[in-house]
Amino acid sequence: MKNKIIQQFFFSLITISALITALFLLIIIFFIFKNGFNAISWEFITSVPKNGMTAGGVSPAIIGSFCLVAAAILFSLPLGLACAVYLQEYSPKNYIVDIVKTGVSNLASVPSVVFGLFGLAVFVKFFGFGVSILSGGLTLAILVLPNIITTSQEALSAVPYSFREASLALGATQWQTIRKVVLPAALPGILTGIILSIGRAAGETAPIMFTAAVFYKKGRPDSIMSEVMALPYHIYALMTEGVNPEKQTVIAYGCALILLVLVAVLSSLAVFIRNKYRSSYER
Amino acid sequence: MSDEIKIKVSNLNFYYGKMQALKNINIDIMDKKITALIGPSGCGKSTLIRIFNRMCDLVIGAKAEGSVIFDGENILNSSIDIVKLRQKIGMVFQKPNPFPKTIFQNIAYGLEINGCKDKSFIKFKVEETLKKAALWEDVKDRLNDSALGLSGGQQQRLCIARALAVEAQVILFDEPCASLDPISTAKIEELILELQNNYAIIIVTHNMQQASRVSDYTAFMYLGDLIEFGSTNQIFTVPKNPKTEEYLSGKFG
Amino acid sequence: MNALKEKVIKSILSITAFASIAFLIGIVVTLFANSLTALKGIDQIQFLFSSDWAPYYSPAEYGILSMVISSALIGITAALVCIPLGIGTALYLNEIAGSAQRKILKPVIEILAGIPSIIFGFFAMAVLAPFLQNIFDLPSGLCILTASLTLGIMTIPVITSIAEDALGFVPIGFKEASYALGGNRWQTLIKVTIPAAASGIITSIILAIGRIVGETMIVLMVAGGSLAIPTSILAPARPMTSTIAAEMGEAAYGSLHFSALFEIGLLLFFMTFILNFISERISKKYRLKLGQGR
Repeated sequence: MKNKIIQQFFFSLITISALITALFLLIIIFFIFKNGFNAISWEFITSVPKNGMTAGGVSPAIIGSFCLVAAAILFSLPLGLACAVYLQEYSPKNYIVDIVKTGVSNLASVPSVVFGLFGLAVFVKFFGFGVSILSGGLTLAILVLPNIITTSQEALSAVPYSFREASLALGATQWQTIRKVVLPAALPGILTGIILSIGRAAGETAPIMFTAAVFYKKGRPDSIMSEVMALPYHIYALMTEGVNPEKQTVIAYGCALILLVLVAVLSSLAVFIRNKYRSSYER
Repeated sequence: MSDEIKIKVSNLNFYYGKMQALKNINIDIMDKKITALIGPSGCGKSTLIRIFNRMCDLVIGAKAEGSVIFDGENILNSSIDIVKLRQKIGMVFQKPNPFPKTIFQNIAYGLEINGCKDKSFIKFKVEETLKKAALWEDVKDRLNDSALGLSGGQQQRLCIARALAVEAQVILFDEPCASLDPISTAKIEELILELQNNYAIIIVTHNMQQASRVSDYTAFMYLGDLIEFGSTNQIFTVPKNPKTEEYLSGKFG
Repeated sequence: MNALKEKVIKSILSITAFASIAFLIGIVVTLFANSLTALKGIDQIQFLFSSDWAPYYSPAEYGILSMVISSALIGITAALVCIPLGIGTALYLNEIAGSAQRKILKPVIEILAGIPSIIFGFFAMAVLAPFLQNIFDLPSGLCILTASLTLGIMTIPVITSIAEDALGFVPIGFKEASYALGGNRWQTLIKVTIPAAASGIITSIILAIGRIVGETMIVLMVAGGSLAIPTSILAPARPMTSTIAAEMGEAAYGSLHFSALFEIGLLLFFMTFILNFISERISKKYRLKLGQGR
């Protein structure tokens, strides 16, 4: 009897904590959706800011974020994938590789502001790229690189060894085996990593603060050397700069909703792909 | 029936790092015959079969001495084209391992990696080898379905067909029925017996009955040594070596 | 022909692999190189144990004690929010929620874990800060409590997601054995399931703490920014990360100030490595105990 009461008590406690969690997260999402919907319109997405950032739309920030993410993936994907393939398929298995793997996975949890510092020192100043899409894109690329390497490597190592054996035994070369058997089989896992990296790159603020983003930029970016507006930085700037906090907050709600939906859609896609393919080789 | 030697193994020693896995092995593999390799786990039978198509290269620290003559060449030579060798000597593994592709693509794979682009030839080959592997009737209507949807026995026959498609002359079977039910096993054995008309076949097995049912020759290995090699009939009825007798009567292994 | 192609591909891959590793090593080198001026030019005892940070005075002063204390205080309060709620929610999903409920909630939690911090920071600034200001009658809602609550809420899904994975991996046989011996669900949970999943649960906590201490935007927006050593959780504060973000734009490239900010970055970097090291040690130890060594 006593045991039953104890169980009842603790299970209630657990349920309450889950309810509190749900409540907290629902409140946040509710506020952003409710106020964001009021701010968003077709014009909001497609037009430029007006009246000293108190009216108009945020299209330059959307375009800027798109450019930054595209640049980041363009740099990090070939590097990260090649690195993962080399480490998993070619490199001799020894302690140096283990150290590299541990190092890479550790870098994935380094605070993003530290990557911002790196980008500022190396890309903006040392290489003289200035505050630009190039600098910001490279910084974001380095930020997501460990993620891409780790997830791709996990995806490759999840491909059963027997597939490689079968292909080699048929007279395929190692590269043929990797390209035609291993990579296709690992594709869902690799894709999941890329999509999550896109979401991460799109949402990060600290790394682009000093390397790419500005509060206001007239017109579209004309080259990868131009500075840009970006959604996450725009939210920050709207809340901390400018002269009309009330009107700016409304616009920030709109930006937050766009960013939230964008990242949520990307991660749903990633979760979906992963769950769909998770167990396909387990027999 | 020819009595031609297909593979001649002389004074073969094999090492994994410092561990010697095979000790001075001498054995002749006959063409159009089935040779069974038996022995307790760790005796080196799987290592030996993997030397024939140089799959043993994939293990770090592997080193082979001696000679394994196939087609007039010592396949242990570093100058040998492993890719060509593996096309001539196919392998079927313990666990069916079809690629996560369609049935058609599984067979076509070996042809495509060898640069074959002739679609109608590939189509012809797929049908021909599936027929040879006694799988055609089961799958002819679903060639574009995933191979992973087949049953274990069907998957294994697909893997056999896949090896036949690249014009293999020798087929290595590494415990091909270890993960199959008795009915599938019987079908695979039937298929192996049929294949012997055109191929030299080497089969590693834990199953004594299987060895006695399908093979012409049997080699008994123990701790890296080839203890006894002879016709299956002789090995199973009048083994010369007492070790062989003990093993066959189930005293160890 | 084929062999040559193989060699070329292998070399290209190895070069790219080493390039990306070089990039990652470059981060450490860059942090060190840019911190050198500060490591040489500032008395390190003073740097670590003085709370006077006045880069624009002359002579300038560089002491980060108040930032370290702020970071620690915010970290601890946020952990008090996210650990019980995060693990509680994970236990709920694993033990109480039905499988239909779990099937929906698990992906939702994973998606929530990926929401950018700027969105939480924005919410905190627009909604939470004014709300807390009213309740506690504060001069400003931008204080440690606001930042900690926000960070805590942000990291709940991180903990829940990883901890639930760990709970889910516990072999069903462990639980069945306990039930067969007459243990009820709570006893089984506390005595069998949780200990078996301990390494994953602890890893999730350490990861969340790393996220909290390394998070920049939220503290930059709602922690208040005061450089005084905080005396209560209702006081404004400025942790290490927000100092970097707030001052980096103004510090002249190559100056002592610039370098001092890099040294803070270097400290954050080492802190992450120590946290990772601890979490790896813990998961190894527990894995061996369970005999699931992989």
